[in-house]
Amino acid sequence: MSKVLIKGNEAVVRGAILAGCRNYFGYPITPASEIAETAALYFPRVGGGFLQAESEIGAINMVYGAAAAGVRVMTASSSPGISLKMEGISYIAGAELPCVIIDIMRGGPGLGNIAPEQGDYNQIVKGGGHGNYKLIVLAPNSAQEMSDLTMLAFELADKYRNPAVVLADGYIGQMMEPVKFPQPVTSFPEKDWALKATRETRDNLVTSIDLDPDLLEKHNEKLQKKYAIIEENEVRFEEYRLDDAEIILMAFGIVSRLVQGAVDELRALGIKVGMLRPITLFPFPKKQIQEYAAKSSVKYFHIFEMNNGQMLDDVRLVLNGSKPVKFYGRMGGNVHSVKEIIEQVMKEMREL
Amino acid sequence: MSVSSKILQKSESFYNAYERKQGGDPISTHYCPGCGHGIVHKLIAEALDDFGVQDKGILISPVGCSVFAYYYFDVGNIQAAHGRAPAVGTGYSRANPDSIVICYQGDGDLAAIGANEIIQAANRGEKMTVIFVNNAIYGMTGGQMAPTTLIAQRTTTTPLGRNAENEGYPLRMSEIISTLEAPVYVARTKISDTKSINATRKAIRKAIKAQVDGRGFSFVEILSACPTGWKMSPRESEVWIEEIMAKYFNPGIYKDTIDTRQPKIQQKLIVDPKDYHELLDISTASLSSLEGVLPVPPVQEMIEEIKIAGFGGQGVLSLGYVMANIAMGHNYEVSWLPSYGPEMRGGTANCSVKVSHKRIGAPVVAHPTTLIALNKPSMAKFENEITSNGIIIYDNSLIDTAPQRKDVQVYAVPATELADKIGSTKSANMVMLGAYAALRGYLDTAYIEWAIPQIIKKKKLQELNIQAFKTGMEHIKELLKKCVN
Ligand code: SF4
Repeated sequence: MSKVLIKGNEAVVRGAILAGCRNYFGYPITPASEIAETAALYFPRVGGGFLQAESEIGAINMVYGAAAAGVRVMTASSSPGISLKMEGISYIAGAELPCVIIDIMRGGPGLGNIAPEQGDYNQIVKGGGHGNYKLIVLAPNSAQEMSDLTMLAFELADKYRNPAVVLADGYIGQMMEPVKFPQPVTSFPEKDWALKATRETRDNLVTSIDLDPDLLEKHNEKLQKKYAIIEENEVRFEEYRLDDAEIILMAFGIVSRLVQGAVDELRALGIKVGMLRPITLFPFPKKQIQEYAAKSSVKYFHIFEMNNGQMLDDVRLVLNGSKPVKFYGRMGGNVHSVKEIIEQVMKEMREL
Repeated sequence: MSVSSKILQKSESFYNAYERKQGGDPISTHYCPGCGHGIVHKLIAEALDDFGVQDKGILISPVGCSVFAYYYFDVGNIQAAHGRAPAVGTGYSRANPDSIVICYQGDGDLAAIGANEIIQAANRGEKMTVIFVNNAIYGMTGGQMAPTTLIAQRTTTTPLGRNAENEGYPLRMSEIISTLEAPVYVARTKISDTKSINATRKAIRKAIKAQVDGRGFSFVEILSACPTGWKMSPRESEVWIEEIMAKYFNPGIYKDTIDTRQPKIQQKLIVDPKDYHELLDISTASLSSLEGVLPVPPVQEMIEEIKIAGFGGQGVLSLGYVMANIAMGHNYEVSWLPSYGPEMRGGTANCSVKVSHKRIGAPVVAHPTTLIALNKPSMAKFENEITSNGIIIYDNSLIDTAPQRKDVQVYAVPATELADKIGSTKSANMVMLGAYAALRGYLDTAYIEWAIPQIIKKKKLQELNIQAFKTGMEHIKELLKKCVN
């Protein structure tokens, strides 16, 4: 398999097309615009469709329409644009349509800036739109994973009839790394629920409304059951030098690359640290965290994020007081340096 | 058969019994007595029947009283968010052009919250028909003001009557849409008596037929009664449509270019997935796919953190890109990260390149082991960041003061001048590549010369780039000789 030096944002589009994605609807926004630009070039080449929508709201509703037709479809944006899409995302989740949404997070709140941040964790993992829904959330930390996890997102979206999000940030989108691309996916699941404009599918209905509270409750219960199955089957995570670790560092996305660097340097100093990186943010690796928490050798967890501690809340919920949790976040588009992470780890060690 | 008896007949495209309707009887609709929706529904269903497109039909229902249009239409049904039907229709129609898409919308849905979606879909000439039921009020939410509510008309949110000073004027959507280039058919009709129902039937048929024939976007606005919202009897409502509504919203055909428009022929490009790698520039852009073409030296244990900085247009980013590619071709782990956005618009650009024998952590270079500075501001910005024992290579044809650091190795390379001599200052970056390769020594010269044209595909510069690379190497060799002597 050949390697290509490529930007994360460009790897997403290639991965999507290799996964059989046929339609792209999006609106330009830094630092995600390259995804739209790359899609505009490559989708038509393979017989797919690209459309620059009038707005983020337009784009996500076009995704809703195309997903109803049963094709693999995607959109991409960055934080403020994702906020605008939330209405549509809630409808898509309610109507149980599969689609893939890429969020290249930037600094917020408001217009913020275009530097990388991870402040969308809450709006993507915890909701953002209204109602009792969940998104499948994948958090890549390399250009390779930008392609791999986009492909996986299409697979999981179809498997569970659920929107899946690739949650990345400006750095992963902009940086170039060697990427190996697999052969294209050629077999796809049958979608007998889709509207194909044929006699056989005429009775199908795509909707999220139900006036009857009992029926809507049933629908919600069905959704919760689906989420439970996803939690059972689809957790993905990375363990790095955790075997005898006394301090467990946790980070997702780009921060995990820095934390990994810090782990190596701390290990060289004889400090027993390791990293647990959630690759899926929903489903969250609850069991794995609990297993590590149950080890008597593990002293505490130390969380690093480019936000105000959003994944931190989930870790705390899982630990439920069983082990201490420390946090160090950067915001506004600042990225931790490896040195800074090392200093923070040392500082907390001294304090404990 | 009289008009009224025909519209009472069930169409194929209409369910016989409304089984999706919850509670109550499955024979009557959920609409109020005298409501216009039922009639419009039947006219649409009848047209779908007549053109034989029931199976291909996709009806997109809005938010409003007609949210449950899918109770009735025996076609594929999608329920859309408030105002978004034209966007949903766009998505569907693009994904499945072999369908007949009907967007059914009310006035709040289409002309208020969804005003952008309708204008844009119309302007793109999407393959769809929009049926716009204008009853000048919000029915479902209980009689609030609509964008089409008439001046002085009382609603629950204009208790004293709509006042232009405060709420502006009723929107004439047909007029607005007819100014656009793409739509092929725009008409406004009313349903207040048999004659006007007949005219509406004609307009709906024409609009749907235009889509069936592949002519593009068609739009029919229908002035329709909402006796409940208007607090009138069905009979009074008919009179109100005739005497009040139709005076402000003039019925008529606002645009009809169906016959002058060539049908859009949907040519579907079918591509064999086997060709994807080539079409996606994966197989063609790759150096390592040519692995073994040229031998490369074995990988050394090292972590090189390079910062390249200069003005936009000096080829700063592409120098980094070429370096990273070549190092990748030498089986190193690499990363390349540009400064992006407004940062670049100030005229300066920089990129971080990392080369290592092992997996790279952070792609950001904060403290470079090598700095390649192509202009003065870059030198000023990064000189103090470089690690001690690092290397600074700077373009002394553009930077007149040498760096001050004593704990680093400094090499002056007049890259711009040298590149200019051999033919173009555009190749100054490749002079720097030559200097870098000569100083660091882990990259193979023959490989680089072979690789440059594989990476920078501009034919015009290929020869020049290789020459510039050699010039840079030579310059360093000369410098080193002088030092030894
Ligand atoms: S409220 Fe008005 S528009 Fe709605 S069903 Fe009743 S009459 Fe028709």
